[in-house]
Amino acid sequence: MALDAFAPWEDPNADPIIHFQNVTKRFGDFTAIDDLTIDIYEKEFFALLGPSGCGKTTLMRMLAGFETPTEGTILLQGQNIAPVPPNKRAVNMMFQSYALFPHLSVWENIAFGLKRDGMAKNDINDRVDEMLRLTRLETFARRKPHQISGGQRQRVALARSLAKHPKLLLLDEPLGALDKKLRQETQFELMDIQEKTGTTFVIVTHDQEEAMTVASRVAVMDHGKIIQVATPDAIYETPNSTYVADFIGDVNLIEGKATSKDNDKLSIAWAEGQPEIVGTPTTEFGNGQTVHFAIRPEKVAISAEKPEAANALQGKILDIAYLGNISTYHVELAGGQVIKAQTANNRRLSRRTFTWEDNVWLSFTDTAGVLLER
Amino acid sequence: MRRLTLIAIPYVWLLALFLVPFLIVFKIALSDSALAIPPYVPTLDLSEGWAGFTAFLSELDFENFVWLTEDDLYWKAYLSSLKIAVISTVLTLIVGYPIAYGMARAPQEWRATLLMLVILPFWTSFLIRVYSWMGILSQEGYLNQLLMSLGLISEPLIILNTNTAVYIGIVYTYLPFMILPIYSALEKLDESLLEAAEDLGCSRFTAFWLVTVPLSKQGIIAGSFLVFIPTLGEFVIPSLLGGSKTLMIGKVLWEEFFSNRDWPVASAVAVILLLILVIPIILFQRNEQKQREAEG
Ligand SMILES: Nc1ncnc2c1ncn2[C@@H]1O[C@H](COP(=O)(O)OP(=O)(O)OP(=O)(O)O)[C@@H](O)[C@H]1O
Ligand SMILES: [Mg+2]
Repeated sequence: MALDAFAPWEDPNADPIIHFQNVTKRFGDFTAIDDLTIDIYEKEFFALLGPSGCGKTTLMRMLAGFETPTEGTILLQGQNIAPVPPNKRAVNMMFQSYALFPHLSVWENIAFGLKRDGMAKNDINDRVDEMLRLTRLETFARRKPHQISGGQRQRVALARSLAKHPKLLLLDEPLGALDKKLRQETQFELMDIQEKTGTTFVIVTHDQEEAMTVASRVAVMDHGKIIQVATPDAIYETPNSTYVADFIGDVNLIEGKATSKDNDKLSIAWAEGQPEIVGTPTTEFGNGQTVHFAIRPEKVAISAEKPEAANALQGKILDIAYLGNISTYHVELAGGQVIKAQTANNRRLSRRTFTWEDNVWLSFTDTAGVLLER
Repeated sequence: MRRLTLIAIPYVWLLALFLVPFLIVFKIALSDSALAIPPYVPTLDLSEGWAGFTAFLSELDFENFVWLTEDDLYWKAYLSSLKIAVISTVLTLIVGYPIAYGMARAPQEWRATLLMLVILPFWTSFLIRVYSWMGILSQEGYLNQLLMSLGLISEPLIILNTNTAVYIGIVYTYLPFMILPIYSALEKLDESLLEAAEDLGCSRFTAFWLVTVPLSKQGIIAGSFLVFIPTLGEFVIPSLLGGSKTLMIGKVLWEEFFSNRDWPVASAVAVILLLILVIPIILFQRNEQKQREAEG
């Protein structure tokens, strides 16, 4: 992927299209959104990721106008949107359930919002046709929602929410019901549409792979708080906490204590009789401070002989998960800690080098893992 | 064989309880009135065999139906019934829709209770309930007492024995038939559709018109037929609450039958009424069918 210059969040002069300022939302005495501050910029594809019930939908519904913040303000293009009712916001939402009008045809569903704007008939026709083309639904225009497939319905919902040229489009788990292939196709379709229309997208998803694929930035949430906001690669390579590291992708977590520092390298004592792990910290660790060492399985190499590497640990293969393109080895170290190591299967299965109970060496460089305070 | 029996049972039932009585009524409608028991001729006398049967057939004619067209009382009564039925249906809809809407929007735990309250009046006899309206609507009735004690009126209102009383009685009696189908349509309505409508630029009110109303259409149609069909032939309410000027075909039928003892004409009136009712009944069935298809 070529590094494109699109990174308004790094530009201190850029004005965000959405600005959440210390927003809290309570239902009764339950806090769904907890003192949240966040900026989303124009033309972003912003993904919200987090476990069920962490407040993603609530956040969206506040943007769409179906919930009002208990505390704090939400600015849309610098204007407080609290007093603006949903029908007056330049925001459209694609509902998780699609919420297509069952009594209207696909065509009428898409035209629904345009008609409310009092658009001229010809313009409506043109716009709806354009949307139908974009979502490849031309042949289904006359059908009712119950006469088309789930994937087609999803595209109608998308077309309907896009038709009004919203400044901001909210997608609440838009692809949840699709099979993997259609899902991937639609993800690329979404990115394509986003590129063509320049709309700002906020997407909620349970699928971190999806978030990584489509998003310009990913926000990981937990219990109504945003834990980290970063680009997909940053959030994967440099998570700010074990929570994020664990939530996004697969990770090995080793807890230890900082011992000695050598230039920019830090040694971590983590188990009796095991060599200390050497890593590169990005923050200051005091001597004896707890360090969580997080390393992705694909950054751990596996070999029969002791390799030349900054870190090398010996262990026994406990389990092998064969996933087709890759294999994950679960290796038990002397102290009982299990480390996952991943290798690409660029050879056929029959030529696989390791098997259960084999004694192997795990190794990784001193920059492969991240050192986290919590 | 067992399947055949299963299929046959409802047909035998319909045959015995609907078709045969209808044929008997139809036959009486083709007879002539007479001072006899039963009060019409001819009666079928099978002892004379085939000749008796042909003689019997030859005496049947459409005289009574012709008579219905000659005396303008009848078609006026039909028209008036139609008018009263249409107006009552519209009134019931106007009263019933908000109630059904309120019920469907009520908190989940309240709905069963509200439903019970709507059905509750059925637990008392229909006649008693209509009689109690006489007590409410009469000149010295509760309504006038209340309004006068509040100082809203100085003279008692004359409601009883007018068409207004008939409308009140019909709306009151048939309200549950309107509420229940509309409620069941509204209850199924997905809240997020209204949010979607608002999201796309509708005000609450337009969202109601463009989403809620069309999606409860089937319920409105079903409820309207359930009110319209029985109201058209209604007899008890107009005769108890209506006045001498309230002209309804049910009342005419009753008078022909019991006051004039003209069974053949009464039967002819009934046959025509049935034919008029067949149209809305078929439409109603169509609507139900469509609804099942849409759901299935
Ligand atoms: N109207 C409401 N009344 C009370 N509690 C609510 C209401 N709406 C949401 N909540 C609570 O707020 C929390 C956040 O809900 P929300 O729907 O935002 O979660 P989510 O992150 O979208 O979860 P999921 O991924 O399962 O969709 C949940 O614990 C939920 O129970
Ligand atoms: Mg949700």
